[in-house]
Amino acid sequence: MWKWLHPYAKTERAYQLCSTLQPWFWVGAFVCLSVGTVWGLAFAPQDYQQGDSFRIIYIHVPSAILSMGTYVAMAIAALVGMVWQWRTAYMSMIAMAPIGAVMTFIALFTGAAWGKPMWGAWWVWDARLTSELILLFLYMGVIALYGAFEDKQQAGKAAGVMALVGVVNIPIIHYSVEWWNTLHQGATISKFDNPSIAPEMLWPLLINLLGFAFFIGAVTTVRLRNEIVLREMHRPWVQVLATKQVSKQQSGDAINASVKEGS
Amino acid sequence: MQFESFTEFLNMGGYAFYVWLSFGVTFVAMAMIAIQSFIKHRNLMKQVVVEQERKARIKKARLQQQGSM
Repeated sequence: MWKWLHPYAKTERAYQLCSTLQPWFWVGAFVCLSVGTVWGLAFAPQDYQQGDSFRIIYIHVPSAILSMGTYVAMAIAALVGMVWQWRTAYMSMIAMAPIGAVMTFIALFTGAAWGKPMWGAWWVWDARLTSELILLFLYMGVIALYGAFEDKQQAGKAAGVMALVGVVNIPIIHYSVEWWNTLHQGATISKFDNPSIAPEMLWPLLINLLGFAFFIGAVTTVRLRNEIVLREMHRPWVQVLATKQVSKQQSGDAINASVKEGS
Repeated sequence: MQFESFTEFLNMGGYAFYVWLSFGVTFVAMAMIAIQSFIKHRNLMKQVVVEQERKARIKKARLQQQGSM
């Protein structure tokens, strides 16, 4: 059943898959983010209580949801790496960590800029905010731990264990608004049967959510390719690819230089 | 369109600072991570080529040495 997946454990196939997916991800991200942002900023109706400040929702909610989604994806990659000993899985884990950290930062920052006019404070030590901040530290921990090992297979294992242990934080973030009496408002769109948001406000939000997802996918493919090149530097296929790309980029400059050096 | 004029749109019902700050920081952060990833890709590819050339030079020098001996 899972046999179709196995060729992608090979770095060359994974690299090709990234290259195929990447343009679609970029186009999807660009289109969805433009449409969603313009719709959300200019065409969605005002909130009856929060006025126009609620428009921050169009970046706050997608980045917050996907900061958790990326973490789960990263932890699944870590699990796959541990169970099946796939090097590619650890590479995707570490490819996803920085963009996840950026999403978490965006969620925290936009939350603060929304909290200031609505609550009167940039930051409060509220359950939702604190658990999201811990998520940022978890991402940083995974990145730092991975960087601390010279042997990248070891690094993958160590960072993978940390990523897996950190998953416990995800339900805490999600349910923090129910478990504790917090300042943060409850869920908006995760109650699909009865979302507490008007459809003309919901559509741009969903489009932006998709746009952020595409963006994360796009950055992940770029970074996974980087990770593969870094680890497989001495493989012939990488060398052929690099030669092709560099010579294309500099339109012959690199070749001239090597000819000069060689003579 | 929810706003009467462009000035009103920029004003965001009095929340201009917070709204534009959020959107600005968000897109700057996203652009930064994307650009950083691409620059890294370019540098890595260059590094691979430089390393290859270095190896070729070493090999050539060795052959020459063996030939002269």
